[in-house]
Amino acid sequence: MIKVFVPRDSTALSLGANRTAKAIQAEADKRGVEIVLIRNGSRGLFWLEPFVEVETEQGRVAFAPVKPKDVSSLFDANFTDALSNTAKEHSLYLGLVKELKWLKKQHRLTFARAGISDPVSLDDYIELDGYKGLKNALTMSSEDIVKAVTDSGLRGRGGAAFPTGIKWNTVLGASANQKYIVCNADEGDSGTFSDRMIMENDPFVLIEGMTIAGLAVGATQGYIYLRSEYPHSLAILNETISKAYNAGYLGDDIKGSGKSFYIEVRRAAGAYICGEETALLESLEGKRGLVRFKPPLPAVEGLFAKPTVVNNVISLATVPIILDKGAQYYADYGMGRSRGTLPIQLAGNIKQGGLVELAFGATLRELLYDYGGGSATGRPIKAVQVGGPLGAYLPESQFDTPLDYEAFAKIEAVLGHGGIVAFDDTVDMAKMACYAFEFCAIESCGKCTPCRIGAVRGLEVLHKMTSGQDYEKNLQLVRDLSDTMMSGSLCAMGGMTPYPVLSALNHFPKDFESQHK
Amino acid sequence: MSDTLAAADLIKIEAHIDAHKGLPGALLPLMHAIQDDIGYIPEEIYPQVSKAMALSIAEVHGFISFYHHFRTHPVGKHVLQVCRAESCQAMGSEKLEAYIKAKLSVDYHNTTADGKITLLPVYCLGNCACSPSVMMNEEIYGRVDMKQIDDIVNEVIHD
Ligand SMILES: Cc1cc2nc3c(=O)[nH]c(=O)nc-3n(C[C@H](O)[C@H](O)[C@H](O)COP(=O)(O)O)c2cc1C
Ligand code: SF4
Ligand code: FES
Repeated sequence: MIKVFVPRDSTALSLGANRTAKAIQAEADKRGVEIVLIRNGSRGLFWLEPFVEVETEQGRVAFAPVKPKDVSSLFDANFTDALSNTAKEHSLYLGLVKELKWLKKQHRLTFARAGISDPVSLDDYIELDGYKGLKNALTMSSEDIVKAVTDSGLRGRGGAAFPTGIKWNTVLGASANQKYIVCNADEGDSGTFSDRMIMENDPFVLIEGMTIAGLAVGATQGYIYLRSEYPHSLAILNETISKAYNAGYLGDDIKGSGKSFYIEVRRAAGAYICGEETALLESLEGKRGLVRFKPPLPAVEGLFAKPTVVNNVISLATVPIILDKGAQYYADYGMGRSRGTLPIQLAGNIKQGGLVELAFGATLRELLYDYGGGSATGRPIKAVQVGGPLGAYLPESQFDTPLDYEAFAKIEAVLGHGGIVAFDDTVDMAKMACYAFEFCAIESCGKCTPCRIGAVRGLEVLHKMTSGQDYEKNLQLVRDLSDTMMSGSLCAMGGMTPYPVLSALNHFPKDFESQHK
Repeated sequence: MSDTLAAADLIKIEAHIDAHKGLPGALLPLMHAIQDDIGYIPEEIYPQVSKAMALSIAEVHGFISFYHHFRTHPVGKHVLQVCRAESCQAMGSEKLEAYIKAKLSVDYHNTTADGKITLLPVYCLGNCACSPSVMMNEEIYGRVDMKQIDDIVNEVIHD
C-alpha cells in the first residue's frame, strides 16, 4: 500500500494539517484508493505546510502546500503514483524531497531524523539510527563520555554558549548522593521553535540525550521543564517517555546495563525569566522564579541543592549523534570556536520561514535571501533581531556577519538560541525599542533594582524622547540607564535588554528623531 | 459563586492535593492540576494548600501571583491567546490585536459579556515561521488574518 505522509507538528497543524489529513483519507476511501496515512514530523519547510509526501521507489515526493480543497485534484492527478506524469503535472508537485534545494544544502545533524517518520514510533527511531549513541555510551566510562562531548566542541544552544563538556565535568566531579539532569525546554524567545521541533518531531533523541547525560555525570533523575504554551509537545513527550520506559530505555537497569535513569516532564507557567537556569530551578522546586546569586553554580548546587546539569533541548538532543559518530565528526563542522551546527530558525517577516540547520559560518544574508527568499511582504528587509527579545537589531550593513558566537559578540550582538526575526521597512524601530523595555518590565523577576526599575524608567524616557521632549537630554538618560542595567543587573534579563534598545538607537536614529522634529 | 464551587470542586481539589503530597517540588504540578480541572485556582484553598505543602499562605499566594499562567478567578468557556511578541509584530499582530479587541469588545485579561471567551496576551507560541499566531484553547493557528479570526471565534461562540 502507498504511504502518504502528513505532518503533525504544531506549525503544520496551525496551517490546517489535520483537516488536510482527514480530507486525504476521506477522498481515498471514497475512491477506493488504498493508502496508509502516516502522521510524520515536519522537516521544517514551514512556508510549505501542510507538506504532503508520497512514497515511491525513488524516495519520497512532495506536494505542498496542500489544503483540503486541493485534495480531490491531487487524486484526479493520481498523486499516489507520484512518479506518474499526471502527478508531475499537478501544480503542487515539488519533486523528490531529497532533491529540494532548501533541504539538500543543509547540514542536518541534530535534526537528522526530523520529518522522516512518525515521531512517536520507537521502532522507526531505532531503524533510523536512534539509540546508537546510548549503546556506545553504555560501554564507556563516565569520563570518556564527558570527554567526547568536550572534544566535540559543543557549546550550549540555549543562549550563553557555555561548553557543554566543561559543565558536565563539574557535575561529574561533584560528589553527592543524588544528581539531576534538567532539560531547559522553556523556549521563551520570540522567533525560536527548534526546541519545540525536536520535542514534536524527534522526541526520542532528547530522551536519549538526557539518558546519556545521566550516565556521563552519574545522575539518575531527569526533568524536562516545558513551557506551558506547548500543549502538543507535552502530549508527545509524555507518550514517548512512557514508551521508552516500557521498552527498557528508561527506568531501572537500562537495557540490562545495571544503570538507571528516570525522566519526568514538568510544565512551566508562563514566566519568561524561568528560562534562566537558576530561576528555572527555583520554579521546579515549587517556588517563585527568582534568579539566584551565583556562585554556587547549578553544577555544584542546583536542583534541591544537588549537583545539576541544566542544558537546553538542542544541546541535549545533539549529544546522541556525537556519541554515535564521534566527537571529531561533529567538530569537523563549523568555524573558529563555534563547532558543529546551529539549528537556525527563520521567522517574522520572511517569505520562506522554517528551520535551517547549518554549520556555523553561514552569513545572515545567505539565510535571509537564499533560504528565506526575502521578506514575506516583498518589501526590503530593514532590520533583523537575532537571539530573541534580548538580542540586538542588525541593519542591512551587518548582514554579512557570519553566524559565529565570536563574530556576533564583536558587533555587540548575540546568536542566542538561533532565532532570526526579520522586519520590513515599515517597522518603526523606536517602537521596537520601547517594546524591549516593556517586555523587560513585564517579565523581570524583580530581584534587582537596575532591571526592575530600569525597564519601567527606560520606557518612560523613550516615550518622552520620541514625543519630542528634551531629545538630547533624554537620549543621554537612556544611554546612562542602559549602562547601569548592563553593569548592575544580576542576570541577562536586565543585563541585555539594552542590546535591542541601543542597537535600535545606534543603527536607526532617524526612527527616533523623526517623531520629535 | 464560591459557595457553589465549594461542594463539588473542593472534593476534586483535595484529591489533587493528596495525589501530589510527597512529590519533590509539588507546588508547580499541583497548581496546574487544579487549574486544569477547575479552570482557576480559588483563593479559598490557600489554607489547605499551605498546610499540605508546609508553606505559609503568603508563600502560596506569592507563588501563584508570580506566574502569568495561573489565575485566581474563573475564565470564560474558551480562552483566546494572542501572540504579542516580536515575530508576530513583524507580521502585523498589532492590527490583529486591535481587531480582536474590538470584535469581542474586551481588553486583555477580560471575558466577553456572554462569558464565552477570555482574551489573553501571550509571548510567543513557537509558531513564528508563520506569524501572526493565536491559540484558541489548545488549537494553534498560524498566518492568521481578520477573516480567520471571525471563523475561529464563530466556531466556539455557537457551542
Ligand atoms: C532571561 C533569560 C532567559 C533564558 N531563557 C532560556 C530558555 O528559554 N531556554 C534555554 O535553554 N536557555 C535559556 N536561558 C539560558 C539559561 O540560563 C542557561 O544558560 C541554559 O539553559 C543552559 O543550557 P545550555 O548550556 O545547554 O545552553 C535564558 C537565560 C536568561 C538570562
Ligand atoms: S536582571 Fe531582572 S530578571 Fe535578572 S535577577 Fe535582576 S530583576 Fe531578576
Ligand atoms: S512570536 Fe508569535 S508565535 Fe513566536
